[in-house]
Amino acid sequence: MIGHEKKLGWGFTAPALVWTLAFFVAPFLVMIAMSFANLEGRTLIWGVHLDNYIELANRPYLLRAVAVSMQITFIVTLASVVLAYPLAAIIAFRVPQHWQRFVLLLAILPFWTSYVIRSYAWLLVLAREGLVNQTLIHLGIIAEPITLANSRFATVTGFIHFFVMLLTLTIYANLVQLSPNYRLAARDLGANTFQIFRHVILPLSLPGIVTGAFLTFVLCIGDYVTPHILGGNNELTMPQVVMVQLGRRADFPLASAMAIVMMGFVTIAYLASARWLRLDRL
Amino acid sequence: MTKLRYSLLAIAAMQLATTSVVAQELNALVWCDHADDALIKPFEEKHDVKVNLREYEGTGAALALLEQSRPGDWDVLVIDGIDVFRAVETGMLAPLPKNELPIEDMFTEVIMEENNSKDGTWYAVTEKFGYNTISYNSAKVDVKDMQDLATVWSDKYAGRISIYDYYLPVMGLAAISEGVTTANMDAASLKTIGPVLGQMRSSAASVAGVVAAQTALATGEVDIVVGGGEWLTAVLAEEQPEMTWTIPDQGAVRWTQSIGILSDSKQKELSLEFIKYITSPEGQARLATSACFWGMPANSKASDFMTDSQRAILRWDEQNKFLRRTQLYPAPNMDLDNAMQDLWLDKLSQ
Repeated sequence: MIGHEKKLGWGFTAPALVWTLAFFVAPFLVMIAMSFANLEGRTLIWGVHLDNYIELANRPYLLRAVAVSMQITFIVTLASVVLAYPLAAIIAFRVPQHWQRFVLLLAILPFWTSYVIRSYAWLLVLAREGLVNQTLIHLGIIAEPITLANSRFATVTGFIHFFVMLLTLTIYANLVQLSPNYRLAARDLGANTFQIFRHVILPLSLPGIVTGAFLTFVLCIGDYVTPHILGGNNELTMPQVVMVQLGRRADFPLASAMAIVMMGFVTIAYLASARWLRLDRL
Repeated sequence: MTKLRYSLLAIAAMQLATTSVVAQELNALVWCDHADDALIKPFEEKHDVKVNLREYEGTGAALALLEQSRPGDWDVLVIDGIDVFRAVETGMLAPLPKNELPIEDMFTEVIMEENNSKDGTWYAVTEKFGYNTISYNSAKVDVKDMQDLATVWSDKYAGRISIYDYYLPVMGLAAISEGVTTANMDAASLKTIGPVLGQMRSSAASVAGVVAAQTALATGEVDIVVGGGEWLTAVLAEEQPEMTWTIPDQGAVRWTQSIGILSDSKQKELSLEFIKYITSPEGQARLATSACFWGMPANSKASDFMTDSQRAILRWDEQNKFLRRTQLYPAPNMDLDNAMQDLWLDKLSQ
């Protein structure tokens, strides 16, 4: 009987395992091997060469790209958490239960449009003759249009618009699972609203925050579209530099080495957040 | 036999018939200007064939894709004129019958025998060309200033220019501004070009791809695009005639694209027919005014199939002058290409 259950278990998991091995593990191993290969002319020389990693350390623009990617990712993650938490808390605690689904639907409405179109829409909104500048001029706050598009500000704005919604969902999913009894018990014991938040709600909602923040970190550090469209190439991020290696040069070994370095940062982020990471809260 | 069985058999027969009707397919690896029904449909209808188009950006990406494909997967390749040799060196392109191509009708400067052929054998033929030069909003800048490259990226227009995001033509323009011909660019000339790129970069509001540069110009985000040209402003000109372009006094860079047959193609005759159509006056007129981007047709007889307005936007009557004043954009070997790309990325990220 146990043998039959085991077989059944393997039967159910086999498709997922095969899929993961074929489309994640195998390509990942190829990418690792590729990062140690060399490109001589159009010929790929397989082997264990550290040239690509040495190149990474020796080219200042690559180090700058790493720094820019990390700065943008940290700013976006932090700002998204700060903005998403109150929104999720209002939906979870203040909005009547039968309205919550509708409000969540409104929150994820921007996801219904294409990511690329949304980025170009932001470009128009932030342009010198766009909505933001015209409104500020109309209100007399500024006399001349200011540069908002094609900047780090634009990149961060585009990212935050996307990730606040993602974080709102993960934090909301966490908050609605908290029994109201925790808050009532804390209040009975004399805690004020801030103390309840600081000592009860926040620690209990940490898994939702960390899960959302981790997803934000992963998606943000690997994103090519938003910095490319909204940043105006005024700062290069890691994915942009990877794309340049592939576009004309087709230098897959160097591009793979850069991708491995990016994965290194993601791994560090994972290890730092593993204690609180609860993907089952999604 | 039941009615259901008859129906199923009828559906199967219809499917077989449909499959046999569109049995022949041509697979082409192209730039986005070929993905236009107005260009492709007439060929499909005439030859009763389905043309499958796959767009790509960057020769490296195309070559990598071809290397990873099975032999025979692809029939036709559109490639940057200066990169034909890269495909020829790897044996990817098949010889073309020169006598069946309208080379005699082409603008002399874009025949480019030295690029499209090797040891007397032709492997590709130029299909379209244009200029990487200065596009601008004539209502916002002093038009005279646009004739001098150094003034274009001087402090006078700081924050009002966008740089086209492709290092070869932009570095070519930088070289021309310093009196270095694009054909003579070498590692030593990068020392001259570097400071020019630095000045250009410090004056630029953005470094943008095609759509972003068009958007920036159309929305007033910038007034000048360095590296732009007819391909950038032609699609804007109808609604915003103040968007225009010029060739500065120092000259500008000329781009070309070529088309060839892949050596592993199993449909070489049909592929040749496709190339003959694309390089014919009718095909050239359609390619020149394609939805993705406009450019000059290589075949001068395409003029007969274009409207006065289309010719005016492309500055047809000034082509002889423009061709004389422009240089083919740099065609570096791999070492120089790497050095140029590093310099570009270095300046870009400053």
